[in-house]
Amino acid sequence: MQSNAALEYDYSVAKLFTYATILFGILGMSVGVLIAAQLAFPELNYLFGEYGTFSRLRPVHTNTVIFGFMISGIWATYYYLSQRVLKVSMAESKFLMFIGKLHFWLYFVGALAAVVSLLLGISASKEYAEFEWPIDIVIVLVWVLWGISMFGLIGIRREKSLYISMWYFIATFLGVAMLYLFNNMEVPTYFVSGGIGSIMNSVSMYSGTNDALVQWWYGHNAVAFVFTVPIIAMNYYFLPKESGQAIYSYKLSLLSFWGLMFVYLWAGSHHLIYSTVPDWMQTMGSIFSVILILPSWGSAINMLLTMKGEWNQLTENPIIKLLVLGSTFYMLSTIEGPIQSIKSVNAIAHFTDWIPGHVHDGVLGWVGFMTFAGLLHMAPRMFKREIHSKKLIELQFWLQTTGIVLYFTAMWIAGITQGMMWRAVDEYGNLMYSFIDTVAALHPYWVIRTLAGVLYLSGVFIFAYNMIKTMTSSKELAQEPKNQSPMAA
Amino acid sequence: MFHWLEKNPFFFAVGVFLVIAFAGVIEILPSFAEASRPVVGLKPYTVLELAGKNIYKNENCITCHSQLIRPFKSETDRYGQVSLSGEYAYDRPFLWGSRRIGPDLHRVGNYRSTDWHENHMMDPKSVVPQSIMPAYPYMFTKMADIDTAYAEALTVKKVFATPYDAPNGTKLGTLEESRAAALEEAKVIAADMKNKEVKDAVARGEIPQIVALIAYLNRLK
Repeated sequence: MQSNAALEYDYSVAKLFTYATILFGILGMSVGVLIAAQLAFPELNYLFGEYGTFSRLRPVHTNTVIFGFMISGIWATYYYLSQRVLKVSMAESKFLMFIGKLHFWLYFVGALAAVVSLLLGISASKEYAEFEWPIDIVIVLVWVLWGISMFGLIGIRREKSLYISMWYFIATFLGVAMLYLFNNMEVPTYFVSGGIGSIMNSVSMYSGTNDALVQWWYGHNAVAFVFTVPIIAMNYYFLPKESGQAIYSYKLSLLSFWGLMFVYLWAGSHHLIYSTVPDWMQTMGSIFSVILILPSWGSAINMLLTMKGEWNQLTENPIIKLLVLGSTFYMLSTIEGPIQSIKSVNAIAHFTDWIPGHVHDGVLGWVGFMTFAGLLHMAPRMFKREIHSKKLIELQFWLQTTGIVLYFTAMWIAGITQGMMWRAVDEYGNLMYSFIDTVAALHPYWVIRTLAGVLYLSGVFIFAYNMIKTMTSSKELAQEPKNQSPMAA
Repeated sequence: MFHWLEKNPFFFAVGVFLVIAFAGVIEILPSFAEASRPVVGLKPYTVLELAGKNIYKNENCITCHSQLIRPFKSETDRYGQVSLSGEYAYDRPFLWGSRRIGPDLHRVGNYRSTDWHENHMMDPKSVVPQSIMPAYPYMFTKMADIDTAYAEALTVKKVFATPYDAPNGTKLGTLEESRAAALEEAKVIAADMKNKEVKDAVARGEIPQIVALIAYLNRLK
């Protein structure tokens, strides 16, 4: 056996993806705040002519956050921790270094092209799969490069047993590949018609109800495999590393992993309750959503119990704070989803603000916090400098936590208010409200939600500032910290 | 077994793939043929309607408008008859949406007219004072992409056997024929509009986006 101390890990690709995470985080969330404000103050639709309407910008927000911020965050942490858990450095293989860098640059250029295409009004109108076929091809190539990179590194590993985080990364790779390929099956009209019209246009392979089924099988599980599975991978690595505690239970991680893999994919049809999809599929979606609580809470409880006996770290280390509260928001979000999947609740909740509210307590609380914590843990080890400021992490934490709570409470009230107003009838059984009444009623909640977004976004700016200071001018470290990340007050 | 899998990445990956693919095979595939059958009398979109539908698609109208009337009295009272699977048979992609920031549009053709849409798209507040919908004035000056719509109709005819050029159905014909047919349809819509630029464009033989979009919205019944 070789000694671990002799290994010098290469973080060049992890660093590139770290910069991209910060950049796309700021871009995507700024657009998010803008479109939230547009609902409360519609004049803001006209800031950038036709490129600034809510309908153009909403896909820019979702895609930049999902495929910009989050995918970069996944790859930043992947390129950092895969070397460590596999006990092999990327520098050992020139081929893998080349693939890693190609992976980043093709991704980065593709992502910029994707944003431009949405702004220009080129969209396939399937949520989180809006990109037209040429960009889909780039995305597939980027994904294949990640596959080569990951399985290549696994091929030359020294540690034979795959750590839990690697299970989740492999699942992310396979899950997204399967979902993305099947949902984006489309026929470019230019070629079939013999060169008529726009080269960008395509038609979906599936029509109507079938298309809806495939889309929400994708839509729900893209969330699963981008916003859940790889985040658990991060949590399983960063929480024990930062706290110095061993994972509470191997068996629980096993149960949660295989349970999550099996159950998650069934739940997509809960997006189609009371639609024209066959009734048994809707019921399956409902039932499996409720079962999904088990593996979700299994992971979260495993995380929280890992801190057993060491809760004092919560007061001392803001990174632990982010990790623990992130796991808690995961529990909140994964109990809320199943509640919304119950048919009678869904009848009120569907088509209302409660749905984006649910998404955001998951993404802001769980996904955002885990990613920030992961990058903060990585920074002193990648840049060999201590973290610029502990106070700024604390400030970020409290601003963002306040933002999240304001966000989801406002959206709960807005969603249930609108859902109830849509169905309210007077004593003669006639509808009580015209549609526009139910929109006007939401104004105060939309203002609160915008404020919440501003709070969260300011936290992101503080994070970015803290990271940049850490990279450039913080005190240098003589040797790598073992557990708790060193930070200046 | 799990320990063995964790040491053998290939079989681990195969195992994960089987477990995640299982649901799709059981849940999605079985009803595919059934769910895509059109309701009796459903005609494919005309090229002009398809051009309008593509504007609806490219502008992401689905971010705020659903096209799915659920089986509740409150919804059928507000929007009309409940939506049926077979009505969507020629929708590629489906346009159900997931959030009603604005009202459902699946049967908007039953209760809104060409001039209502014209006023509303130019300035939503002129029709609904509390509206938060953005105005789309550029649709009055930009031209609709009829050729791409024709290419799309031809593609679904060839690849998915969508019944264009069938007896009593929607005629497609050649590119020239469908350009001419789209213009004829556009003239009928423009006659109900008051915007001078739009009328002039149609008289010149060009079709502004707004005309195609209204053709599509009027078709939603």
